[in-house]
Parts: sequence; structure tokens; C-alpha cells
Amino acid sequence: MEPLQVAEILREKYPDEIIDTSEFRGQVSVTIKKEKALDIFRFLHDDPSLSFDYLSDLCGLDNLGKKDSRFAVVYHLYSMEHRHMIRIKVAVSEDDCAVDSVVPVWIGADWHERECYDMFGIEFKGHPDLRRILMPEDWEGHPLRKDYPAKGPSDELEWPGFREVLEKSKEFKKYEWKR
Amino acid sequence: MEEIKNSLDTKELVLSMGPQHPSTHGVLRLVLELDGETIKKCTPYVGYLHRGIEKLSETMTYHSTIPLTDRMDYISSMSNNVGYCVAVEKLFGIEAPERAKYIRTIVSEMTRISSHIIWVATHALDIGAMTVFLYSFREREWLLDLFEELCGARLTVSYPRIGGVRNDVSQHFLDSLYKFTEEFDSRMDEYETLIDKNRIWLKRTKGIGVISAEEAINWGLSGATLRGSGVDYDIRKRFPYDAYDKVDFIVPLGEKGDVYDRYRCRMIELRQANRIIKQCIEQMPKGPIMAPDAPKFTLPAKDRVLSDMESLIHHFVLITKGQMAAPEGEIYVATEVPKGELGFYIVSDGSGRPYRMRVRAPSFVHASVLPRLSVGHMLADVIANIGTIDIVLGECDR
Repeated sequence: MEPLQVAEILREKYPDEIIDTSEFRGQVSVTIKKEKALDIFRFLHDDPSLSFDYLSDLCGLDNLGKKDSRFAVVYHLYSMEHRHMIRIKVAVSEDDCAVDSVVPVWIGADWHERECYDMFGIEFKGHPDLRRILMPEDWEGHPLRKDYPAKGPSDELEWPGFREVLEKSKEFKKYEWKR
Repeated sequence: MEEIKNSLDTKELVLSMGPQHPSTHGVLRLVLELDGETIKKCTPYVGYLHRGIEKLSETMTYHSTIPLTDRMDYISSMSNNVGYCVAVEKLFGIEAPERAKYIRTIVSEMTRISSHIIWVATHALDIGAMTVFLYSFREREWLLDLFEELCGARLTVSYPRIGGVRNDVSQHFLDSLYKFTEEFDSRMDEYETLIDKNRIWLKRTKGIGVISAEEAINWGLSGATLRGSGVDYDIRKRFPYDAYDKVDFIVPLGEKGDVYDRYRCRMIELRQANRIIKQCIEQMPKGPIMAPDAPKFTLPAKDRVLSDMESLIHHFVLITKGQMAAPEGEIYVATEVPKGELGFYIVSDGSGRPYRMRVRAPSFVHASVLPRLSVGHMLADVIANIGTIDIVLGECDR
């Protein structure tokens, strides 16, 4: 099935939930509201004519100052049987920074959602084990947000773990290392 | 250390394996809850190698991100470069010339061989068959020497470019590579003699880490890890890129989805990769190696820069300002790297730098399935399971 047809089916079934559809280089992305997102994903997964059984990718996106809703969670879905793919974007506002977890539908979303929470601070309701995954547990801030500096936090907000390492290295300097 | 505290008053034993364990191929930490020798619960911890490649690439131009992709999966860096270049080319709407496509296919398959070889070597070493390790590094060395001849680097190659490759291949390179392909099949026989029907090997791999086809799809596995369960999903066949639609190869599939089936899949893939290289050398067309009709995106040839005003200007602007006028849009392009599906999701806002670049790393997904494969098995089978999913932690943490 052509991806635009999939978008059309979604528009017919959930007319109030679709915000926007766009196409670029043959790939179609559908932006949806987050309230019924889990229902829509279940429909995409279970409907025999669509059967999007493979979650290729799940990631966050920060549209700071570009769109009304600041964040989006981007899902890339693929169907092993019908060989079609589609990109679904769930709009997430900054005030209510949470979406429903899709782990009940695709269990492989587990770590992707943890990474998205780690990097963007988007919460996933119903996730079995929502913790930071790549950054240390006591890290402050969410690095992939656009207002997070690329060179890292300022000196006062330095991660305490790094300061510990620096002090430890000072301590070791007093030893004389022989060859 | 909540987990350790909670379990102190039970009879189960909590074992922290890694991050420096030799079988984890990098820095992966597993917290295992054991009942005797049986695994009750397994919690992987990753992130030790997190370097923020996604954040870094937002501050760099499209060209300067290529060396970053080397550092993800450092034992198959060429495939990462190719995957990134294919994605950016699709975003710009340009196409590499035929010869460049063939060269890229060759180097991708060479990487597949060297990556799978290091996989079978370490996997066998972990399980206890040491000899394979010593033999297989002989072939890997040969391939790395060829890489060195091609581009001067052995590991972090940065050879492909957006719209082509950096430099043309020499006839000497093609000749010695052809000699390699002719000998490689007999080398494969050697490995298979060593382990294929070895009783200890069969006992350690058959019926371990079984995952069904439906479950493997639901987990999002890819590459040989998915095909071992019998799912016919190979991006080289389904969305052909470079020269994969012009060569003939078969995609091996497993039946039971255990460690042994995945091992067999990769062994057949090795032979197929060898076949692909051979066909590419035989069919290799003549012509340019950089897309000549896209001066706004690709670096002009050095001799043109020195003699032609227009090319000098393009070169200057590309280096100083980065890409000119990348079209606004978003794209997800996946390629089949040795580990599985490597996807690049690039969002462009029309400037010379990516607005967002997401890397869908196969190792990240595969590491997450480790508890599913290990629970219920013995402690020693965890080693076999880490080997069979073929992860590189540099790619997992990015």
C-alpha cells in the first residue's frame, strides 16, 4: 500500500486526531494529537490490511520556536507483510510533557522510550521501567533539547561525578610513579 | 544499588557482570539475579561510551559528520559511513555515479566480512574454542591492509563522501581483492571444520536463546539476529541502495531462532558477501567517482579546484559555510550494516547543518533483548547470548 493511502485511511478513521500530513521524497509523515495516540497505534498494528508489526525507530524531536507544540515523538513503522512504511509524529506540548507508552504494542519500544525520556524529558505513561539510560542517573537536564548547550553544562552545574574524578586525580598526584 | 540491597535478605545471588568483563566486547554491565546457576532476572546497563554524537552533529555540517559515524560501530566503520552518505544523498536528492556505487558496495561487503569474522572469532573464544580466533585474524588483517591501501586508514576510514567516494580504486587494489575472494571460500571451510560439527559447540549453542519470528519482529530485531528466527527481512533486498540491485546473492534464514541458527546465518552471509565482492569487481564500470551534476553539495575534484574559478568558489563555500541550501524536510533511510538495520533520521530546516540527526543503532535494540534471551538459562549461556546478538557498545551508546 502506498504511504499516502495509509494516511488517507487514518484521516477517515480518526478525522479529529490528525493535525497534519506531509510528504517528502516519497516518505509520508502524519502528525497526530497525543490523546488517542495509543488507540491509533493499536489500530495500525492490528488491522490486517495495514499490520505495521515492526517499529523501526522511535525518537524525540525538539521544535523549539518552530511549531506550536514544542516536542514531537517520532515513530517509524514498517510492515513485514505488506512492505510499506509510515512515519507518525505525536505532538507533545512543553507544559504537559507526557505521552502514552507503546510498549504494550511493540515491546521493542522499551529502550527507545527510555532514551527519549533521557534526552528530551518526555515522560511515557505506562512504561514498565522509565529511567535514564545513556546519561548517569544523577544527571541534571536533558541534553538533546535545543536550549541545552552543546558544550555541556556550565562550571557551577558540572556533573558531581566528574568533579569526583578530578579530585581523585589530584589525590593520585602525590604518589611518585616509578617505571 | 537498590537491587543489591533488596535482595540481601533472599536466597538469590546478585552478580554484577562487567563493565570490564572480557566477553562483553566493550563496556556493558549486566546485573544478574541468580538462583543457583539459573538466571532469574537480568538488567543491562549501557551508556558508558555515550559521546553525544547526535547532539554533536547538530553543530556540524553534513560533511564533517562523516568522521563521527566512524566512531559508532568502530569495527565496521565503512558501512556506517555508507549508510550516512546514502541518507544525506536522499535528503539532497542527488545520486552517486555508477562507479562510486560499485566501490561502496565492495567496501560495505568487505566490512561485512571483517565484522563477521571478528564476530565468529570472539564468539568462539567466549564459548571456549580458541583456535578460530587465531585463524580468522589472518583474513581480517588482509582486509584491513587493503583498506589501508585504499584510503590510508585501517579502522576509522571516513572513505565514502556525500555523492560518491573520496578517491578512485587502483587496479592493484582490485587485483589483490580479487585474489582474496578466490581464497576466502577455502578459509571459510577451515573455520567450519573447526566448529560447525564440534560437539561442545553444538551443546553450547543449540536450543539456547530461542526467540520466535513474531517475537523477534515485535522486539524490533534486525540483521542476522532477526533472520536467524526465519524472518526474510534484508534491507539490501527490500530497499536496494548502491549496487545491491545489480548483484546476485541469497539471504540465509534460520528455522529455530537459537544461537546456532544465527551462527549459521552469519557464516552463509560471509560467503555471500564474498560473492558480492567478486561480482562487483567483475562488473565494475568506468566513469567519475563523485556526482558531477551536484556542485552545490559535493566537493569538486582537486585538479578542478586548482584550475577552475567556479570550482574554487564552490570548494571555498562548502568548506567554510557548510552545505548550501539543504532542502527543508525530513528523511529516514536505513541500510543493512553487519550488525543489522542502521537508520538515519535527519530533519533539515533548510540550513547547512542538520536540525536533528537520529541514529537508529542496531546494537542498542539488540542489547535490550538480552534479558529476554537469558532469563531461564544458565549463567554460562549469558556469554553465548551476548555473542550471538553481535553488539558493539560504541554504536549502542553513540
